[in-house]
Amino acid sequence: MLDKAAAQTAVNDDIGEEIRLELYRSQVNIREAEQRAYDLFLQNLVKGTSHLSLGQEAVAAGFATAMKKGDLSFCTYRGHAHTLARGVPVEKVLGELMQRDNGLMRGKGGSMHLTSEEHGVMGSYAIIGAHLPIACGAAWRAQYKKQDDVSVCFFGDGTTNIGAFHEALNFAAVWKLPVIFVCENNLYMEYTPIGDVTAVPSPAGDRASAYGLEKIVIDGNDADVVYRTAKKAFDKARAGGGPSLIECLTYRHSGHSRADPAKYRPEGELERWKLRDPIKIYRERLKQFGVTDETIAKIDADVKRVVDEATEACKAAPNPPMDILFTDVYADGGFAWRN
Amino acid sequence: MAELTYRDAVIRGIAQEMSRDEDVVFLGEDVAKAGGVFKATVGLYEKFGPLRVRDTPISEQAILGAAMGAAMTGLKPIAEIMFSDFFAVCFDYIANEFPKSRYMTNGQTKCPLVVRTGNGAGSRFGAQHSQSVENWCMMIPGLKVVAPSSPIDVIGLLAASVRDPDPVIFLEHKSLYATKGEVPDGEILDKLGTAKILRPGKDATIVALALMVPRALAAAEKLAAEHGIDCEVIDVRSLVPLDTQTILGSVARTGRCFSVEENPRLCGWGAEIMSIIADEAFYDLDGPLVRITTPHCPLPAADILEDAILPSVDRIVDRVKRTLNS
Ligand SMILES: Cc1ncc(C[n+]2csc(CCOP(=O)(O)OP(=O)(O)O)c2C)c(N)n1
Ligand SMILES: [Mg+2]
Repeated sequence: MLDKAAAQTAVNDDIGEEIRLELYRSQVNIREAEQRAYDLFLQNLVKGTSHLSLGQEAVAAGFATAMKKGDLSFCTYRGHAHTLARGVPVEKVLGELMQRDNGLMRGKGGSMHLTSEEHGVMGSYAIIGAHLPIACGAAWRAQYKKQDDVSVCFFGDGTTNIGAFHEALNFAAVWKLPVIFVCENNLYMEYTPIGDVTAVPSPAGDRASAYGLEKIVIDGNDADVVYRTAKKAFDKARAGGGPSLIECLTYRHSGHSRADPAKYRPEGELERWKLRDPIKIYRERLKQFGVTDETIAKIDADVKRVVDEATEACKAAPNPPMDILFTDVYADGGFAWRN
Repeated sequence: MAELTYRDAVIRGIAQEMSRDEDVVFLGEDVAKAGGVFKATVGLYEKFGPLRVRDTPISEQAILGAAMGAAMTGLKPIAEIMFSDFFAVCFDYIANEFPKSRYMTNGQTKCPLVVRTGNGAGSRFGAQHSQSVENWCMMIPGLKVVAPSSPIDVIGLLAASVRDPDPVIFLEHKSLYATKGEVPDGEILDKLGTAKILRPGKDATIVALALMVPRALAAAEKLAAEHGIDCEVIDVRSLVPLDTQTILGSVARTGRCFSVEENPRLCGWGAEIMSIIADEAFYDLDGPLVRITTPHCPLPAADILEDAILPSVDRIVDRVKRTLNS
């Protein structure tokens, strides 16, 4: 069930070319980097695990483009996209996925914990629901210190069924915190269709009224719709209007993690969603607004070149050195627990 | 100098730190307008106002998660979890989020916060409101764990915990809230990771924590008066960081060590201390290392049953006496 009004205004020219080009570049950057991460996984160069956002690029691009410097992102293990969207270099992300010394956290965190505080990426959290209360705390700090940044917390449809989701929503509403909760409803919690395990049709949207919030369910594959919705929520948060809960309907083209072939999906479902591929939609959008094929091709080529260079840099990067093994357990830099 | 209860020391400790630093904020269930279920936060709301002392919903995950998010971004929150048993419903933050974030992010994420909680038995509340959970916390790399036994230590160690850049679990013993002690005027600031020798002795070392400290001291007096055994009593105070040097130094003098632990026996803090002594001071020992603990059993509610299950003065006296005489 899409917000019809938002879908209809999707082509209004209130966004402008500069932002549209950024929305496009950001999505292509995520697409290219995520596809590369998948390829590198199959070559056993991305190690451990990896959760891709192929097909979900519009959510990350739309929100990040609507953010101001200083706004804070809280992500899940499916956080490469949001990390890239905040401007973290591809090499830093791929390096962490490949567990090399040039990674964002020098291989100490791994793909599920991408963090770059200097870019406002305040962590990627791998325990379902954990970061919703944490985002509330960051928003509480902004409220208390009268700072005007907003905390944005991204999570999946499956996350709406864990206690921390409900605790955080109520807490944020009662304290009127400047926090935006963004549910990326990709229709699956791991391998199970979300409808099989959820009491209501819209996992986030139908819970909003329980916390006195507006039901907002949008087309998460249209970056313009996401961007506009995000803008409104940021304005509300900065004006002291409290939290928003936004459900973005989307779909992941890849499996849940690693090389999951996603056999649990009904036949034809992926193909149907690929017709609504966010990047395809956006390329059409740009053309509608008179952006030339040449401009689009240049963005594509620039992104590809950066991802290629990042890949080579990561392949050449050394493993993390042993001397970081026991650092930063405690604030004194070490791990001493006794004298 | 004034005589203060342990409960009033909590209030004074929090107030001292909130007066010193505007970034110190305090949240928990019933802590603000009601002053806390143990009345250990009375007056703070009136003194520091509704923006700094905040009542929360019954949402332990939200309390700890919000404390963490605030800590990561510049505040120094004190969060109260009413009963330490409730750590079990918000353990993700204690086990996974607070202690791992700095390491996983290669030092980017900071988590300077304090979780205060009512720990321990003696109130006849039964198995889910009486536990000693210090061992749940001690086993997690990245946390600091503190458990004061006296009003002056409450203030000094609480201040040190608030000023510490790492997440600190601050265990207040419910059965000590009404106890009293002398406390000097003015600011009090202690140091984490320092054990205190409360009673010097030459025949045996007894290490104890929180409510077990006054019991160990009473046992030491009885052992001296009735059996001529002179015990050194050490208040461990801080499990992480752990002051092993004070303990090892004492054992080097006495040749004996007993732990008195309220936590259930398996993996209690004393086991770690005893293993350190066995590794590093084996040749100082004149006899076995003995742990006096609550048995591996849930806690009963009835007063006579609860009194029977915790280490008592008499049980300590008996174990020390039998061990030294055998
Ligand atoms: C508390 C907890 N339970 C279970 C898991 C295992 N798990 C990892 S991802 C996932 C599915 C989450 O689904 P959703 O919230 O829809 O996010 P998506 O992966 O679709 O982005 C599960 C069950 C976990 N990491 N944490
Ligand atoms: Mg999902």
